[in-house]
Amino acid sequence: MGNAKIIVKDTNLYYGDYHALKDISIDIYEKAVTALIGPSGCGKSTFLRCLNRMNDLIPNVKIMGEIQIAGVDLYEYDVILLRKKVGMVFQKPNPFPMSIYENVAYGPRIHGIKSKAVLDDIVEKSLREAALWDEVKDRLKYNALGLSGGQQQRLCIARTIAVEPEVLLMDEPTSALDPASTMKIEDLMENLKKQYTVIIVTHNMQQAGRISDYTAFFLNGEIIEYDRTEKLFYKPKDKRTEDYITGRFG
Amino acid sequence: MRFHERIVENIFLICAGIVVLGVAIISIFIFREGWTVISKTGIADFVFGKKWAPTQGIYGIFPMILGSIYVTLGALMIGVPIGVGCAIYLAEIASPRLSAIIKPGIELLAGIPSVIYGLYGMTVIVPIIRDLFNNQGFSILAGSIVLGIMILPTITNISMDSIEAVPKEYKEGSLALGSSHWQAIIKVILPAAKSGIISSIILGMGRAIGETMAVIMITGNSTLIPESILSPARTLTGNIGIEMGYASGEHQRALFATGIVLFIFIMILNLMTKLIPNKAGENIE
Repeated sequence: MGNAKIIVKDTNLYYGDYHALKDISIDIYEKAVTALIGPSGCGKSTFLRCLNRMNDLIPNVKIMGEIQIAGVDLYEYDVILLRKKVGMVFQKPNPFPMSIYENVAYGPRIHGIKSKAVLDDIVEKSLREAALWDEVKDRLKYNALGLSGGQQQRLCIARTIAVEPEVLLMDEPTSALDPASTMKIEDLMENLKKQYTVIIVTHNMQQAGRISDYTAFFLNGEIIEYDRTEKLFYKPKDKRTEDYITGRFG
Repeated sequence: MRFHERIVENIFLICAGIVVLGVAIISIFIFREGWTVISKTGIADFVFGKKWAPTQGIYGIFPMILGSIYVTLGALMIGVPIGVGCAIYLAEIASPRLSAIIKPGIELLAGIPSVIYGLYGMTVIVPIIRDLFNNQGFSILAGSIVLGIMILPTITNISMDSIEAVPKEYKEGSLALGSSHWQAIIKVILPAAKSGIISSIILGMGRAIGETMAVIMITGNSTLIPESILSPARTLTGNIGIEMGYASGEHQRALFATGIVLFIFIMILNLMTKLIPNKAGENIE
């Protein structure tokens, strides 16, 4: 096992009176892909959104417990620096309604990079890392909304990488995509984990099995089981995990 | 059943027809009444003529065109920043409770009759300007301030709707990259809402150009070419509103001719709203 990049201890989250996350404790390892699986409404996306404090945007959310990222408590970070460090890719591709170039340059720009040459480099490097460069290099000035869904999602990945995060949160990044685009993004993950700590929420168990090193199984706001992916899939310790991955519910 | 449907359809057709007919009749009427004066004076002399002297048969409406343009631009300079700022605040920043107080206030502002605005301008704004600048007080500046307030509801409501229509995914995407809320507003949300905001400004402009009563009461109505924003001025609408009561013969037709020019102004504005491209992102799901 590698080093723990993110350490979560006894974290509870309430939406008003609703107890959405119950005593979550988990160590997430550096430069590996960790998949969060579980049925709808089990809290896996909510948990993901704790890690970059996107839940702060929702009124009436109360979070208790301890979360450390790279050794520092989550709430000691300036939220802007935290979100720079912990990037997020959403379920529905959400490129901004501007050019492909501007989408990728957006993050570096808001963090103060002005030099055109530097931005050009970042844009190319990020698009290459997201396996999109060859498809779009001749139309960087075109509106990003003209891209296909799969291309848009890779653009969002490029946009996130462009601010040089350490952690990548992916909230069902392929659920809105066709199989070919899904495959491209899964291939991409293999490369991404060389540099980033990747956490992916997925509904698709085959996907979790294919791309992740570790898997956590969520049910009703709790982590039922967390282990190396092959162990969790082939020798689950908990009956509920076994029922879920063999398709008995969910 | 089918017969019944046909009747209903025809009733609606008649309703639509009446609307079109209304526009057509008014246009024909204004052009028929006014055109003789324009053709007699000459289009250029009528539009660019600097002297308006109906008793001498001289009809030049250039001062009024300038008056309308100045007062409207002034109103926009005041109304647009405040209106758009208010829209941003209500749509993005204010707590729901505070919005619930401010929004009805704006609705109320839209419901105040223009003569009340005029009264307010006359008794409050004009004296303030008179004291500050030691002049007559009735001026383009006073008219701009009052019109600026009058167009606030139009600009605020439409801008707010278009800001609220921006998909929340854009905002989340920006925040997730580590932008501040303000950066998200300026760099992503406002550009995505741009076409709605521009429409609101053009509609506000239409309201300002068309306003008559309040303007007559505040701007001083001089037919001289205004020299500064502190000069009194007469607008196109004011020209018609003031003189129509007693004008007759050619003078009356000259006022209709003023109406033609106003009509063309408004048509150009309406065309502009049609020409705004639907900015990408606004109507895309």
